Amino acid sequence: MKIYNKLILNSIWIVALFFGLNYSLETGIIDSYYGGIIMIVCINIILAVSLNLIAGFTGQLCLGHAGFMAVGAYSSAIITGNLELPFFLAIIVAGLAAALISFIIGLPTLKLKGDYFAITTLGVGEVIRGILINIDYVGGPRGFRVLPETTFAWSFFLMILTIVVVRNILTSSHGRNMIAIRENEIAAEAMGVNAPKFKVLSFAIAAFFAGVGGALYAHYNSFIDPATFNFLKSIEIITFVVLGGMGSITGTIIATVILTFLPEIFRDFQDLRMVVYSVALIAIMLFRPKGLMGDKEISFAFLKKFTSGKKQSKGGQINAKS
Amino acid sequence: MLKVDNLSIQFGGLKAVDDFSLTISEKQIVGLIGPNGAGKTTVFNMLTGVYKPTSGRINYKSKDIHGFKPYIITQKKIARTFQNIRLFSNLTVLDNLKISYGFNTKYNLLDSVLRTPRFQREELRIRNASMELLKAFNLDGKAEEFARNLSYGDQRRLEIARALATEPDLLLLDEPAAGMNPQETHELMNLIGWIRDNFNVSVLLIEHDMKLVMGICEKIAVLDYGKKIAEGTPEQIKNNKRVIEAYLGETDEGGMVVNA
Repeated sequence: MKIYNKLILNSIWIVALFFGLNYSLETGIIDSYYGGIIMIVCINIILAVSLNLIAGFTGQLCLGHAGFMAVGAYSSAIITGNLELPFFLAIIVAGLAAALISFIIGLPTLKLKGDYFAITTLGVGEVIRGILINIDYVGGPRGFRVLPETTFAWSFFLMILTIVVVRNILTSSHGRNMIAIRENEIAAEAMGVNAPKFKVLSFAIAAFFAGVGGALYAHYNSFIDPATFNFLKSIEIITFVVLGGMGSITGTIIATVILTFLPEIFRDFQDLRMVVYSVALIAIMLFRPKGLMGDKEISFAFLKKFTSGKKQSKGGQINAKS
Repeated sequence: MLKVDNLSIQFGGLKAVDDFSLTISEKQIVGLIGPNGAGKTTVFNMLTGVYKPTSGRINYKSKDIHGFKPYIITQKKIARTFQNIRLFSNLTVLDNLKISYGFNTKYNLLDSVLRTPRFQREELRIRNASMELLKAFNLDGKAEEFARNLSYGDQRRLEIARALATEPDLLLLDEPAAGMNPQETHELMNLIGWIRDNFNVSVLLIEHDMKLVMGICEKIAVLDYGKKIAEGTPEQIKNNKRVIEAYLGETDEGGMVVNA
């Protein structure tokens, strides 16, 4: 029964948050400029949380997340634009297409231990971009017009879905196996964990949500071109994850919100804007080398301990329930 | 239960283990000793699938398990610990144990995403089984501690508990007493006997502590330069000339130890 109470409580504040934001957007309390940034925050959270699953929790650094985002963006754009099918179908296909590609890449590369995976995904991201430039059907380097279908509700609830799915996987036996691989792959295999299988699974789930994020981005921006999904985009998502803490979902969320808003807040600095942004990154890394949250999660239990002044030393991220 | 025949492995030009044979019967405690670099851990790594033997056969419960992957060997009920402790150090003691139950869980990915009753039931079962095992190892009070914060002796015991959580029939212990003081070693000796009786497992252990090996093993095999030079009861091994030579150096004709 306790579980259901928690479920109801969480649903209430999530729905309240949604209606609060939605109301502010509709009545103009938050202007449309910041409304757009909030949507980007939601999409970035989807991308960052999914990347954290493979990079932070499974310990396999993926440098090609923007590539999977591109697969999702283009496949969904074809479905809504050229085939004129509904948006929700486009989102599902976008996720599945990205997951399929990650599965094909992951099967041979994730059997290897070490850094091969990072290099491979780096290459794959660039290959996907290169292929898209050369396909005339989707506009090639000129780019591709997409219908503006992404609403605040779509991005908000898909963000919640991503967080819930990733969190539920991580607190299950599947997630424990993934974390065990990160901690010590040899020991994990000695405890019966089929390491290649769980690495591929984690990679495919991460790519699925990257594809979903890409679909949302395409239909928000209403224009996509291959240059959007370059290596820098992958690095941007990795920055969210590293700054928030590899292995902390809540940390990733906080970092994504801060880092997406930060360039806007620094707009007063004009030309020095990106310098200030970079200095902020360096400062966070100096003072919090493991990221804002490390591998801790913010939860009600955590806050209770924190406010009662007790040092947080017990309970890993697996047990922390939010 | 375990029957190893003529196991050999070659790394380039080096024959690390040469023609190693051993049988272990049910609920037997067998020791594997030898000087440093004799190939003891290599034997372990071949038994658990980390290395693929160049030749030879490994027969376990009358099935050939030669060349299987490590996680399949574990699922076929052979568990091991490591010479240099390999815990999941950033996880809690409880989570370390829960991972061992992973391959036996009876729910799929969809169950964990949707938190179905089947998921809840299985998680509760895993939790209870883990806690029970921790209680048996006197670690239940530290279930929520991070594994890295445990004392050295506790870490060793947690590693054994974690191996037992995979529900093995054969337990391989790689130098379990390394770094322990005589008091702790004595406790470990009792623990190994207690594990054999309570969990109905056979034990194969590598150990340098002769008191422990002689005190608990029913059979001892001695390796030197990759070759098995002796096998027998502790009494036989103690008096075996070749074993003494391997450990203390060759004797001259008068029986004096020259190279002590």
